[in-house]
Amino acid sequence: MYVYLYIPLLILIVFSFNGGRMATIWEGFSLRWYAEVMQSDQFRAATVNSLVVASCAAFLATTLATLAALGFRGRPIRGQGMMVPFLSFPLVIPEIVTAVATLIFFISIGVPLGMVGLIAAHTVFCIPFAFITIKARMDVMDDTLEQAANDLYADPRRTFFSVTLPLLWPAILAGFILAFIVSLDDFVISLFLAGPSSTTLPIYMFGMMRLGVTPAVNAVSTILLVMSVLFVLIAAWINRMQRK
Amino acid sequence: MGFLEVEAVSHQYAGTDAQVLNEVSLTIQENEFFTLLGPSGCGKTTMLRILAGFEVPSRGRVTLDGQDILRIPPWRRPVNTVFQSYALFPHLTILRNVTFGLKMRGVAKADRHGAARRALDLVRLDGFADRMPSDLSGGQQQRVALARALACQPRLLLLDEPLSALDYKLRKEMQGELKRIQRETGTSFVFVTHDQEEALAMSDRIAVMRQGTLEQVGNPSDIYDRPSSDFVAEFIGDSNLLNAAPDSQGRLCLPGGRALGIRGDAPARVMIRPEALRIAPDGNLSGQVTDLVYSGAATRFLVALDGGEETVQIQQTSTEAAGISMGDKVCLAYDPQQLWVVAP
Ligand SMILES: Nc1ncnc2c1ncn2[C@@H]1O[C@H](COP(=O)(O)OP(=O)(O)OP(=O)(O)O)[C@@H](O)[C@H]1O
Ligand SMILES: [Mg+2]
Repeated sequence: MYVYLYIPLLILIVFSFNGGRMATIWEGFSLRWYAEVMQSDQFRAATVNSLVVASCAAFLATTLATLAALGFRGRPIRGQGMMVPFLSFPLVIPEIVTAVATLIFFISIGVPLGMVGLIAAHTVFCIPFAFITIKARMDVMDDTLEQAANDLYADPRRTFFSVTLPLLWPAILAGFILAFIVSLDDFVISLFLAGPSSTTLPIYMFGMMRLGVTPAVNAVSTILLVMSVLFVLIAAWINRMQRK
Repeated sequence: MGFLEVEAVSHQYAGTDAQVLNEVSLTIQENEFFTLLGPSGCGKTTMLRILAGFEVPSRGRVTLDGQDILRIPPWRRPVNTVFQSYALFPHLTILRNVTFGLKMRGVAKADRHGAARRALDLVRLDGFADRMPSDLSGGQQQRVALARALACQPRLLLLDEPLSALDYKLRKEMQGELKRIQRETGTSFVFVTHDQEEALAMSDRIAVMRQGTLEQVGNPSDIYDRPSSDFVAEFIGDSNLLNAAPDSQGRLCLPGGRALGIRGDAPARVMIRPEALRIAPDGNLSGQVTDLVYSGAATRFLVALDGGEETVQIQQTSTEAAGISMGDKVCLAYDPQQLWVVAP
């Protein structure tokens, strides 16, 4: 299992340090592809775009998901049984269908292709990821803690800020990181909706591949991989600090 | 007029059709240790939730010091709760748990800390201020929950089975502590339990509940010695309930014809506690030992009475019980004053 999972990634990383032109023939260690990639304006612009889109989308999606999860708590709403699965359903819709649907929707209401549309679309497909993470935590949260706060003279607003939110915080953060990574890695939807000025890293990589698989592609992949892993580690670390 | 008045409170949870509380009326005095006692599901927690403000009763009135409190939300009621699960805030230190209520009420930091120290002293947890709740044992967490509620100096403290999660020895110890704290602070306690022994040991008065109604309210000896119904007699401690009917001279007799030594003019249920019966050669009742359980300080016997299907439990100190074994014929003596006619 682990071998299948990690061997291709390992090869990818190793060859990103290849000195030669070919992505599959080892010609000695070198950082030249990293240097080359870093110097490319296109690469830098794509990186910035990716980070901006992922940050904005993750922030918006987490906020909305938190509000939704809080809304589903409180007193039961009619039809709630239907609404929770409805919010998670997008996870199983084929991504390309979502992409086409969003594209048609954007064109019909006149949203230009570009950063704003991209952030909006990413926000939408990130919501279920954040929602599921936050809802799972909320489901096991004991509401007697909030009653205890009420009992100790905290009105609903102060109860929320001094008890509910701090207890929910690790899940919100986890939801944010998950949304961030999902957005960072998204290819299909971005491909449909990105304008010329809003190329993201995966699209940039795809463009490079069409010119042939050089170790430069490996280098960009490795950078993307490292970014993702880094965020996961940050999340784990913050979580640890919280617990102390 | 009492300090806390509960007047004809009935409650039905939204979306259900079962009446959880049925016309419950109670009066609780200032500085009283008042216990709600009853089997599981009889509505004890519901009553506390109504007093705390988490639940609004379908009907009835609750006044505290003459003021109607039903419309006051929990965060403005001068009432605090010790939850069964303790409900300590896991992300706050013990000190910040204990000062939480005062902080919400806008008490200055220095005063808050002073009050918290006093409350922690009271529950004998000074020196734990900077720990986290998860670092404490169950008994210690229970004390923190108590300190947190007491730090606010509530007029009324509600405790929902606060000792049920503790082991036997710790529970005994905390019973004494709670009683001491109640006396020292002069707060009225409404204490919920389903443990009759605990209720008898701690309370000034006890309300025995059954399926949403009050069965009897009284001090521990009223409840134990003079139960108002079979239910109370059987729920509180062990009891023997005998069917008796008056003979032509108005003496209450067992079905076999044996006179009990008290008078009555109608068939009645007569209660006698196991410890009021003793084995003696000149005893009024006679029977055969059918079972015997040794439990250290005391031995319990089951004795099938002659001339009837009645079986009674008796309890003897282990020295008194020495030399008696299964199948022996025995006579049982009692003081007729120890008999109690349970209201028919
Ligand atoms: N939120 C609720 N919604 C509907 N019914 C409830 C609710 N809470 C309690 N009940 C019902 O009300 C009745 C009384 O419950 P309550 O919790 O007051 O009992 P209790 O005396 O505290 O019992 P226990 O000793 O088991 O804690 C039970 O039949 C219970 O099923
Ligand atoms: Mg209960």
